[in-house]
Amino acid sequence: MALEVYIKKKLGDFVLNAAFNADRQCIGILGASGCGKSMMLKCIAGIETPDEGYIKLDGRVLFDSNQKINLPPQKRHVGYLFQNYALFPSMTVEENIRSGIRLKDKNAQRAVIKQYVQQFHLQGLEKHYPSQLSGGQQQRAALARMLAAGPEMILLDEPFSAMDAHLKDAMQREMAGIIEQFNGHSLIVSHSRDELYKLCPTLAVMDRGSLLYMNETKKVFDDPKYVQAARLTGCKNISPIRKIDNRHIEALDWGIVLETAEEIDDAVTHVGIRAHHLISCGGHGTMKNEFPIELVDTLEAPFEIQYFVRNKETPDRQPLWWKVNKHEVNGAADTAVGEYLSVAPEDIMLLNDKYSNI
Amino acid sequence: MDRLFYMKGYAMEAVLNILAKLDWSPLYISLKTGVAATIFSFFIGIFLARKVLKAGPRVKAIVDGILTLPMVLPPTVAGFFLLLIFSKRRPFGAFLFEKFDIKVVQSWAGCVIAAIVIALPLMYKNARAAFEQVDANLIYAARTLGMSETKIFWKVVVPAAGPGVASGTILTFARALGEYGATSMLAGNIPKKTATMSQRIAMVIQDGDYMTAGVWVAVMVIIAFVIVVAMNLLTSGRNKHMKKW
Repeated sequence: MALEVYIKKKLGDFVLNAAFNADRQCIGILGASGCGKSMMLKCIAGIETPDEGYIKLDGRVLFDSNQKINLPPQKRHVGYLFQNYALFPSMTVEENIRSGIRLKDKNAQRAVIKQYVQQFHLQGLEKHYPSQLSGGQQQRAALARMLAAGPEMILLDEPFSAMDAHLKDAMQREMAGIIEQFNGHSLIVSHSRDELYKLCPTLAVMDRGSLLYMNETKKVFDDPKYVQAARLTGCKNISPIRKIDNRHIEALDWGIVLETAEEIDDAVTHVGIRAHHLISCGGHGTMKNEFPIELVDTLEAPFEIQYFVRNKETPDRQPLWWKVNKHEVNGAADTAVGEYLSVAPEDIMLLNDKYSNI
Repeated sequence: MDRLFYMKGYAMEAVLNILAKLDWSPLYISLKTGVAATIFSFFIGIFLARKVLKAGPRVKAIVDGILTLPMVLPPTVAGFFLLLIFSKRRPFGAFLFEKFDIKVVQSWAGCVIAAIVIALPLMYKNARAAFEQVDANLIYAARTLGMSETKIFWKVVVPAAGPGVASGTILTFARALGEYGATSMLAGNIPKKTATMSQRIAMVIQDGDYMTAGVWVAVMVIIAFVIVVAMNLLTSGRNKHMKKW
């Protein structure tokens, strides 16, 4: 049982070129806005037509440019949750849910509606119109409508982007339960690494219309492999490098020599260090990769402090971004800044710039 | 003072006199024509708007142009073409009369056809503008839910375009009710058959009977106003779940 996707679509200068296979599980697609991730979902759902390629779902061909097969969205049985939910404004919640039910029998329809109204906590709102619902209720109604249609795969397009922070956290918990219960493929597209980290065991990173890399979500965060993927997973410090030997590099932007845990192959063009992987230390040579620092700037967030620090020995270079949890320093921003910082060799991410050869 | 009273009394008496003797058939004929023309225009206008939305840019420009012509040309031009088509001395008119016994010229069918031709562009233009404003995601969502294209159109697109379609219908009815130029050429002014209110006004004015003309003018203004207000209230009630802005 698998989803196979290979599609190409040209839109002016932009080229969508995506290929992946997946078995029944939730896959997150992480990408900046405009990278083509929504377009890819629309191609899978049949809303847009790729120029060439194929889309197969559990052995069923949804699209194949060679065989000239292009099933209309009505026959694909692929559910799509739109960013703005796309509830029909002239229909009540109940009528919205009914609109996707394929059963002809009225009593059977009513039973399905009742089941989904209960499952999505919409009791008492059956006769309400979408504009009378809160953001969370609208999303639940849209999810109920999508699932009541009995899809074999569900596609969620930026499901939390229209919500405020508090509601987002609550709906993400609900969504995790819904995805777990759903017996089929699910794809979630988002620009938020937090959302996808919470919801998806597998993560694909998309940049400029292409899928860069797909792996277990935790592995993608530990070893993003590409500069673009590192940036999307939230790595703040990325610098081009000069290779010194098999285990040593010089980070050119920062003027720091670093020892790595892995062997450095020739594909490595950059190094990435996550802001919270930098550790304050005494400078006695007991830690690896120590360097003296001077403070450039400080930003205080509710629960963490962000410092911008420079290698003291190379003051003409770029600063590094270093984050410290407030409770670790008892809330005092000044005391955390020591004389030296270090980074563990296993926390150094070796990266390849996908576009460096072009 | 006495004289003023006398004048007022005289005018009142004259109006009552006219009302008592008035032949109300033009009101009935106009309303019947307006309703029939609006029903036809509603479906034809929406159908054309849908076709044009799906068509390529060239077809769009041409069809849109043809449908806009009745709005910019005088109704007598439409009347001329309608006579060319439906006259019994012309092939199509003769065909209709001989095969189906349908007579368009000098008949009530002529009233309706003339009103449709003149009022249809209002329906079509308003419907098209309203459809173009509908959020495409609604249509995409309906497709992924398995709804047929016809069902999507009537259950999703038309209601979402509700206010625009409703105002198009109101304007179409108001225009059809008052149609004069093409109607007088195609259907003529036959008492109790094709004599609409607007034609009756023109006729009695020619006789210098301003009193009777005034009564008909008042009737037309009242009807038009009541219907437009009533439909406005109706649509605002139906669409109260739509957001105000």
